[in-house]
Amino acid sequence: MQRITIDPITRLEGHGKIEIFLNEEGNVANTYFQIPELRGFERFVVGRPIEEMALLTNRICGVCPEAHHMAAAKAADAVYKVEVPRTGKMLRELLYSAFYATDHTTHFYALGGPDFIMGPDAPVAERNILGVIHKVGLEIGGKVIQMRKYGHTVVEMIGGRKVHPCTSIPGGLTKGITEEQRKEIEQMGRWAIEFAQFSLQAFSDIVLSNKTYLDLIVGDVYTHKTYYMGLVDANNKVNFYDGKVRVVDPDGKEFVKYAPNEYTQHIAEHVEPWTYLKFPYLKNVGWKGFVDGKDSGVYMATPLSRLNASDGMATPLAQEQYDKMYKTLGGKPVHQRLAIHWARLIELLYAAERWVELATDPEITSPNYHAIPTATPTEGVGIVEAPRGTLTHHYWTDERGVVTKANLIVGTTNNYAPIQMSTTKAAQHLIKGGKVNEGLLNMVEMAFRAYDPCFGCATHSLPGQMPLEITIHNADGEVVDVLKQFVD
Amino acid sequence: MSKPKFAMYWAASCGGCEIAVLNIHEKILDVDANFDVVFWPVAMDAKYKDVEAMEDGSITLCLFNGGMRNDENEHIAKLMRKKSKILVAFGSCACEGCIPGLGNFSTVDQLIDTAFTTLTTDNPQNLRPQTSYAAPEGELHIPTLNPMLKTLDQVVDVDYYMPGCPPESHQITAVVELVIAALQGKAELPPKGATIGAGLSTVCDECTRKRNVKLIKEFGRIQMIHADPELCLLEQGIPCNGLATRSGCDARCPSVGAQCIGCYGPAEGVVDYGARLIAAFASVIDSDKPEEIDRILDGLVDPAGQFYRFNLAGSLLRGGKSAHQSNDS
Repeated sequence: MQRITIDPITRLEGHGKIEIFLNEEGNVANTYFQIPELRGFERFVVGRPIEEMALLTNRICGVCPEAHHMAAAKAADAVYKVEVPRTGKMLRELLYSAFYATDHTTHFYALGGPDFIMGPDAPVAERNILGVIHKVGLEIGGKVIQMRKYGHTVVEMIGGRKVHPCTSIPGGLTKGITEEQRKEIEQMGRWAIEFAQFSLQAFSDIVLSNKTYLDLIVGDVYTHKTYYMGLVDANNKVNFYDGKVRVVDPDGKEFVKYAPNEYTQHIAEHVEPWTYLKFPYLKNVGWKGFVDGKDSGVYMATPLSRLNASDGMATPLAQEQYDKMYKTLGGKPVHQRLAIHWARLIELLYAAERWVELATDPEITSPNYHAIPTATPTEGVGIVEAPRGTLTHHYWTDERGVVTKANLIVGTTNNYAPIQMSTTKAAQHLIKGGKVNEGLLNMVEMAFRAYDPCFGCATHSLPGQMPLEITIHNADGEVVDVLKQFVD
Repeated sequence: MSKPKFAMYWAASCGGCEIAVLNIHEKILDVDANFDVVFWPVAMDAKYKDVEAMEDGSITLCLFNGGMRNDENEHIAKLMRKKSKILVAFGSCACEGCIPGLGNFSTVDQLIDTAFTTLTTDNPQNLRPQTSYAAPEGELHIPTLNPMLKTLDQVVDVDYYMPGCPPESHQITAVVELVIAALQGKAELPPKGATIGAGLSTVCDECTRKRNVKLIKEFGRIQMIHADPELCLLEQGIPCNGLATRSGCDARCPSVGAQCIGCYGPAEGVVDYGARLIAAFASVIDSDKPEEIDRILDGLVDPAGQFYRFNLAGSLLRGGKSAHQSNDS
């Protein structure tokens, strides 16, 4: 048996661990990716006022509180059947675009990117943000910090706080922005567009022009043919804040497009007794286990999925990059998981362009950012794209708007089955006849790092420094080897 | 001479405290210049066994965030206590339980049952996660949750408390500067048990909204009005918790039109946050008739959450009745 413990600091038993079992021949028999934590939000939000959902559910995740804030606020709008005025919607989406740009930047430069920029075989001590700055220059480090600062500044201007925003309420927001703020936001957005273009160029120079890296991206180890999910606007273009959820099949054909309030007809969650997390799947395809293909209801919800599930990007520069990616990787859909990193940068550019679009809309400074609800509250669903996948909040309330029931399908959870499959496949590829390839640790790590898994909420581990411990047992259960990283 | 050692750890938390520390931006370099950062998973390699190997008390400053949701959390808390000279309960979760502490209104079984019976859950065999499960290939384990979420000081001795969800970045900077000055002999640390990185008064005292000491006839909901941007939210009927909540955030939420939800915890000297807030709300009610007061109070649709939103686990109650009963059995 082989056991990988993902352990940020120490968690003795880990917060997210992978157990790999070998058979008599020393090949991989089975793999279990376990999530050992549950906080019980769906239970304890019951009894609380609906307008507090956007404040309480923020605390599911301090890395992406904006996503929960928006999904909960949209669900609350739906509970009251209130239409948010155009300015209110734009302000929320503007905040959200700035957040996206920040979050994707953090992932590319600090978490997932180092594998490519430094190379997957680089010494562990160099595969981090400092190593990246060393390689690409101190100036870049400054730009990354600047990007994060700008993003947080916009989040704070509109959302009131840098972490856990507080201004979205049923029907809109508690405040708008002034012309002075708008100008500042626009300037920062224009800088963000340049930063995103620069990042794509860096990716092209460092990764795409390197055959080893490119082979890694297009190689079979990290490939799974699954369904893909993403939110799209009326023109089937990628949208993070609003629209319908579109799912394409492994051939890239539209399988379904559903409105938020129809999600229960399409999504179900499979239960396994060895983990605290559930496995969402497409109800109308069915749960067939941890397998890919058209007959398996497993789907993926990541930056790459959103690009696969859409017909393109709604902004011109991002659209150019979208075309380039599919041309390079041989058309749609792209199944290679490592292309998620590329897709993430294309989304970074889109987020920055959208940021400027919204900041230059003449109505963005209008005081008409809130509509007072008039209907009796009942039930509502809110869906946004969290950076790590489609995020669904569903609440039922009594006539006073007090929550009586809740259902949350959180970003990373969508990818739980694919992550389990990707790590299994990487393990199968790298463990043969009881022999473990030296590169196993990082290759397995890369398999799930591409998803940018926010077990962060649960595991608190940042994948860039993900400590792993692999204990290899033979079929008799004896320990034959122990491999460690960050846990010595 | 070797630099003093710094550590930061997260238990059951959301990661927002770590983001808040990263948001002190270039001040992070001061931490780096003045401390030897020995243990901080968000920023560097996590070497648990290195910490175990350290001499007791060899870490000068440890910022510890997150509540105690399971035995693992408690184990690390005890370890960090042993190894650290100054252990700071950092952020609302470690200080008072925060939002996950609302789970103490339920039993752990109820928390799990709810998650595994939601509308979209496909669970015909009515399965629950098993802490020990015999898979065909071998035994699998996951941790057991505590019956109630605990605060850090319910598990170990704490030197200082730094409130906030998350603590404001300017307060983090101030605390870092203070500790550095103290280490250089240029300042003195506050007495043990003190709350640091926060004020001594209330959010209301920091709030710039206009107060006319006007009494209210009813409580309202923030979505049901276009709130006056200048006037005190409580005077507009919005149940704002500023009166009982510790200052230190510059009244961040009220300043953008959102009510204070109490993330900085009880104001200095307040033993029970909920009791103080009840008294504070009572004092603004414009009535002396019991029936009318009852009617006005009915406008607070969620008294339990209103009064113990962030600090249930750290309050005198520590949890609801059901959680206590499951603890006794």
